[in-house]
Amino acid sequence: MAEATERTEATEVTGAEARRGRVVEGVRAYGLIAGMWIRSTMAYRTSFALTTFGNFAMTALDFVAILLMFSRVDALGGWPLPEVAFLYGMSAVSFGLADLAIGSMERLGRRVRDGTLDTLLVRPVPVLAQVAADRFGLRRLGRVVQGLLVLGYALAVVDVDWTAARLLLVPVALLSGAGIFCAVFVAAAAFQFVAQDASEVSNAFTYGGTTMLQYPPAVFALDLVRGATFVVPLAFVNWLPASFVLGRPYPLDLPGWVAFTPPLVAAACCALAGLAWRAGLRSYRSTGS
Amino acid sequence: MAEMAKTTRTTQADPVTGAEASAFIELDGVEKVFDVRKKTGFLKRERRQVRAVDGLSFTVSRGEMVGYIGPNGAGKSTTIKMLTGILTPSGGRLRVAGIDPSRERTRLAHRIGVVFGQRTTLWWDLPLIDSYRLMHRMYRIPDARYRENLDRCVELLQLAELLDVPVRQLSLGQRMRGDIAAALLHDPEVLYLDEPTIGLDVVSKAKVRGFLRDLNAECGTTVLLTTHDLQDIEQLCSRVMVIDHGRLMYDGALDGLHEAGESERTLVVDLERELPPIDAPEPARVVRVEGPRQWLAFPASASAAGLVARIAAEYPLVDLSVREPDIESVIAKMYAERAGA
Repeated sequence: MAEATERTEATEVTGAEARRGRVVEGVRAYGLIAGMWIRSTMAYRTSFALTTFGNFAMTALDFVAILLMFSRVDALGGWPLPEVAFLYGMSAVSFGLADLAIGSMERLGRRVRDGTLDTLLVRPVPVLAQVAADRFGLRRLGRVVQGLLVLGYALAVVDVDWTAARLLLVPVALLSGAGIFCAVFVAAAAFQFVAQDASEVSNAFTYGGTTMLQYPPAVFALDLVRGATFVVPLAFVNWLPASFVLGRPYPLDLPGWVAFTPPLVAAACCALAGLAWRAGLRSYRSTGS
Repeated sequence: MAEMAKTTRTTQADPVTGAEASAFIELDGVEKVFDVRKKTGFLKRERRQVRAVDGLSFTVSRGEMVGYIGPNGAGKSTTIKMLTGILTPSGGRLRVAGIDPSRERTRLAHRIGVVFGQRTTLWWDLPLIDSYRLMHRMYRIPDARYRENLDRCVELLQLAELLDVPVRQLSLGQRMRGDIAAALLHDPEVLYLDEPTIGLDVVSKAKVRGFLRDLNAECGTTVLLTTHDLQDIEQLCSRVMVIDHGRLMYDGALDGLHEAGESERTLVVDLERELPPIDAPEPARVVRVEGPRQWLAFPASASAAGLVARIAAEYPLVDLSVREPDIESVIAKMYAERAGA
């Protein structure tokens, strides 16, 4: 009996090791593939500069729309321009980082449809890493830079008494937000194993999500805010941390400490997305669709 | 079904003992069942089960070169996908180099090479050499080994001028050669090729076949290839397996297949003018006459040379061509025979 337990424990340890090994392998493979795409992008520097600037200009138009609104009103949902710019910056940077890292995942449906996913399955590295790093587009830095500029402007002009907690929460929330968006990308891709034409659905949550987060929660219907808090927890990207930093009332009257939960929420989202991915890949491998 | 396959084997070596001594690929009653859902009305769906592979059993020894043929939808690609770990079998036992492919896909990946004729494993928008460099790191191929293998492939597959060309600009034949090289950089023990010559011109086909033959002879790489082109099999494989409806119909030498299928080639001759049917020597016979053009059928195992010489000597010949028996009709004949027997 004791022997049997020991053996189970031993296999569990190797199982955990294997899992860790897979993560390390995945990160390494991601780095290799992304590195190759970056090198290839850098072979055409002018083209890279132009597309990055294009990416920057496109996303900048988003913010111009908000500026235009503020030429008519003084506040949106009670939030003045600097505070909306703060929301905008956090959303844009979080999303931009996720989009830069694994934005290519939305093409998974096409890979499933045309069968090129099979070519990834015969390589000795995790499929998720290969799909995520495929066509790694450094030009997407344009979006991140634009978000950082708006965020920088907001940080300079918002009327906030900067405590250590407030100052620390900004970078933590940015990274957690990127994690949450990454989880959404992965979960949406996992869904495409089942419904290969669902890239529009995934766009609704990713691109749609970041656009929604650029505006204060108060301008949206209560049910939408509830959905964005408890179902697809995008509220943890910026609404909640920003409410704490800016001293605004929390949406849905949530308790104050939730502003510090984004890292936990991001970790939980990534774990769930990972499970969804594995389920999706397993169903693909049993059906071949 | 397995028994039937065994009895149709015509190779001299005892297939059972010979295979068990060094079985590299082992399938025992492997099944793959797909659930196909069909819309039959608003929100109404009919579920149907399709047995793509239905109790398949065979073994392949190390160093063998096996052709795997059958009509479209016979289960060829499904078998390859199970052997590579892409698909999980619904039943039966499957081992490649002692590894269960679907459970240890990434471990197996280091030991196998795969070429899909219809889709590339190369990175489409990048120069060929970038894909190879990435394979080098991804498979953790030792530097010396990588350079040696790459040099050999570049030389034998004539890739030197293509290395800096983006894959999407390569012709089909060039891309296929590039894909084969990519599959071999990590010294796989077995190479699976799914339709490696599909869509290639005669010259490209010859290059690919020559390379595969040398690879098998020199490196002892086990090769399993699916194809529609009987010539691939003729020139490469000592053993052929025919699959239809997910079952093994035949397993043995190619000659045996021609006998089993009584396949015939067709000689098409254009004469100067309309003439009565050519008086052809046995066993050739005229099967169709249309104006000055006549069709003659003769056994696939026989040479066309004598027949052509005879006709050229006795008839005002303008042009001629030989049509190979297509695998589908050979198998259809075999299948009909089996059903009748």
